[in-house]
Amino acid sequence: MGTGSLLMLATLEGTVMAAVLALAAVGLSLTFGVMRVVNVAHGEFFMLGAVLAWAVAQAMPSAPLGFVAALLIAPALVGALAWVTDTALLKRLNYNPDSTIVATIGLSYLIQQGALSFFGPDARAVAAPFTLRLQFPGFGYSGYKLFVVAAALLVLLAVWWGLTRSRAGLVMRATQVDRNTARAFGINVDRVYAGTFALGAALAALAAVLLAPISQAHYLMGHDPLLLSFIVVIIGGLGSLRGTLLAALVIGLADGILSMLYPPTLAKILATLAVAMVLVFRPQGLFGDRT
Amino acid sequence: MKALGLHLGVLLTLALAGLLLPDYHQGMLTRVLVMAVFATGYNLAFGYTGLLSLGHALHFSAGMMAAGLAMRDGMAPEAALPLGALAGTVSAALTGILALRTKGVSFMIVTLMFAQAFYLTLLYFGAFTGGDEGFPLPGSARQMFGLDLTQPGPRFTVALLLFGIALLVQAALVRGRFGRSMVAIRENEERSRMLGYNPFTIKLTALTLSGLYAGVAGAAYGLLFGYVGAGFGTTQYSILPMLYVLLGGAGTTLGPLLGAGLMAWLIDAASSLTEASLAIIGAVLIALVVFAPKGILGTIRERGAKWLP
Amino acid sequence: MAAVILQATGLSRAFGGLRAVEAVDLNLTAGEIHALIGPNGAGKTTLVSLLSGRLSPDAGRIIFAGEDITRLPAHTRVARGIAYTFQITSIYGGLSVFDNLALAVQRHRPRDLRQAVQAAADRVGLGSYLQAEAGLLSYGHQRLLELGMGLALHPRLLILDEPTQGLAAGEIGDFINLIRGLQGTTILLIEHNMEVVMALAQRITVLNMGQVLAAGTPAEIRANAAVQAAYLGVEHVAD
Repeated sequence: MGTGSLLMLATLEGTVMAAVLALAAVGLSLTFGVMRVVNVAHGEFFMLGAVLAWAVAQAMPSAPLGFVAALLIAPALVGALAWVTDTALLKRLNYNPDSTIVATIGLSYLIQQGALSFFGPDARAVAAPFTLRLQFPGFGYSGYKLFVVAAALLVLLAVWWGLTRSRAGLVMRATQVDRNTARAFGINVDRVYAGTFALGAALAALAAVLLAPISQAHYLMGHDPLLLSFIVVIIGGLGSLRGTLLAALVIGLADGILSMLYPPTLAKILATLAVAMVLVFRPQGLFGDRT
Repeated sequence: MKALGLHLGVLLTLALAGLLLPDYHQGMLTRVLVMAVFATGYNLAFGYTGLLSLGHALHFSAGMMAAGLAMRDGMAPEAALPLGALAGTVSAALTGILALRTKGVSFMIVTLMFAQAFYLTLLYFGAFTGGDEGFPLPGSARQMFGLDLTQPGPRFTVALLLFGIALLVQAALVRGRFGRSMVAIRENEERSRMLGYNPFTIKLTALTLSGLYAGVAGAAYGLLFGYVGAGFGTTQYSILPMLYVLLGGAGTTLGPLLGAGLMAWLIDAASSLTEASLAIIGAVLIALVVFAPKGILGTIRERGAKWLP
Repeated sequence: MAAVILQATGLSRAFGGLRAVEAVDLNLTAGEIHALIGPNGAGKTTLVSLLSGRLSPDAGRIIFAGEDITRLPAHTRVARGIAYTFQITSIYGGLSVFDNLALAVQRHRPRDLRQAVQAAADRVGLGSYLQAEAGLLSYGHQRLLELGMGLALHPRLLILDEPTQGLAAGEIGDFINLIRGLQGTTILLIEHNMEVVMALAQRITVLNMGQVLAAGTPAEIRANAAVQAAYLGVEHVAD
């Protein structure tokens, strides 16, 4: 394979990565932006999405049907779980940052154990809904992966539209600015919080369902997406949606390209240290606003 | 006086328990004591100074790796243990200088990221560190001051000795001037600044001391149980001391020991019913933040036993 | 003529477009009680925050006891002898009165901490409350504790930010007596209550819109037409 083809392949892989990452990270960014809480269980919501996708697909007669069902059911279930978590747990803690972090750490252990107990320790393959192979000059490429990019873009656009144009988005943004004032204007802040938390978790689950046919579903798979989402959200500026999308693109592409050239562990070390340094020296993120 | 009596009483009880308990439970107690040294150090940073670090696995595994690698190369445990302590201290001081520029949630994430980077580094140099597989320390390397640390008895003695020192040093520290200023930073940083305290210096000192404890604990863990691995650098080993301290009572001298002991026997008792040790850790964490944020000893102190150290 | 202990020249500080303090000069003579008055928003708290180091100035210089402290952080200034008591009571609510005072007292490393804390508590009349949790004290007692912590630092300059705010009439009388009894400590007093100002201050500086409107003895300030117009209100100065 020539250098040009190799570079193109790396870029494609990076784009797929960026698409999935953006979905997961936007979920984390939403919960932080609106609720000011850090959800450590975000990675486990992601994992749960993939594992549920496998379970749902198993129960369906055909791969395309199973995939479509998983695409609908897994995010809904994960979102419901997040809703319950918010009203039963986080609300009781008054969204105190420290307590919330400890509680979501506890939650992540519970979800991990649940996935292990119910679905077992093995990695499970999920069949892609279609097997189309596109021929590029020098290499063939999975059509499904390109579908993932398109689907992620579509969802992100929908989220963007929802936040900036719809009434629900307006209510969310009002709550983000000042929850007490929002309450005074008759906004049901409890419901906004529960809804935001559920939406954030559902986005992570959706990203995982899309990713499942490419990688696999496994009860420990939540760790890397959590770390990467953190990285994206922090580099992009905590709570800044535009920054998050931009950072996901940069980091996804960089990851796709660098991991072709360097060992992935080294790339991860550098990325982790870079994030720590950004938080220390530029807490508003590289693309974030100062507010 | 009452406090000193209590601490000595606890240490004496531990010594007796070590003599009387059957082998299996004595072995567990040894492990609990080493983890309690780790948690006691964590308590200095989190319990007394209010620094919620999510990266103490870094200092624990730095101590373990430094001591373990040195012993693998033939260094005597008498020298390797202090080397481990030094590694924990230095790693805490260096990361602290940077991480303490941040506060709150950012501080937690930065410490988490530093620990994660160190863990990945251990994996990256797996050929040298043994990576996730780790490496055993041969019995011949585990002889210290004439004690054969492959035997449970001497192992327990060393663990109890280390914990005794850790506990008494902590108790003396928190009763003194510096201990008071740590608590002052936790309670009201701005007020402390206007009393002439430099918050950064106090926090960095507390964090560094805490790293010293973690380094000792990590080195002792490798030395006593004969195994060193990158696995001790995972996030779980940052969560455990936090869990112990929260359970026993943050900002109480005996809370870390109580938390470490309770969790060990809780998981042990539950393991006959279920393999779900992760779920137990998760459930205890959630129950604590919801129902008893001050932990066991913190709650007892609040309910009347004000003298409790 | 007593020595000047603090000399601020040309201090300025803006927040965004708002010039909270602009080109303010202030001299404090050693041992005097100097009041800083002015309407709300005149820049009083900003000015003392600049002096105590809680804020850093955009321009100007601060000389304290002959040394330039303009760039020193707050905690270093406290160590040099500038103490600040907060306008909004800022004590360690979760700690005992003893620990609150000990945190100030121990800065001087007394040989007998217990005795020194007792003395510091007696001074503000909290001698019998040492074991009480500070957050559970009455509001007046909390103000006294705040003051006691400031005094326990043995400062050369004590900045009191609205010390009598919210106190009952009897407590204000006690406060005036307490401050009068201090020997050798220079005091910069921000105060709204003009009775307290007139009872204590030897000199007064009036701030308005971030600038010094007038400075002088209480009698001079009383007679100053600009001050009457801007702040006291003409009908106020009937006597």
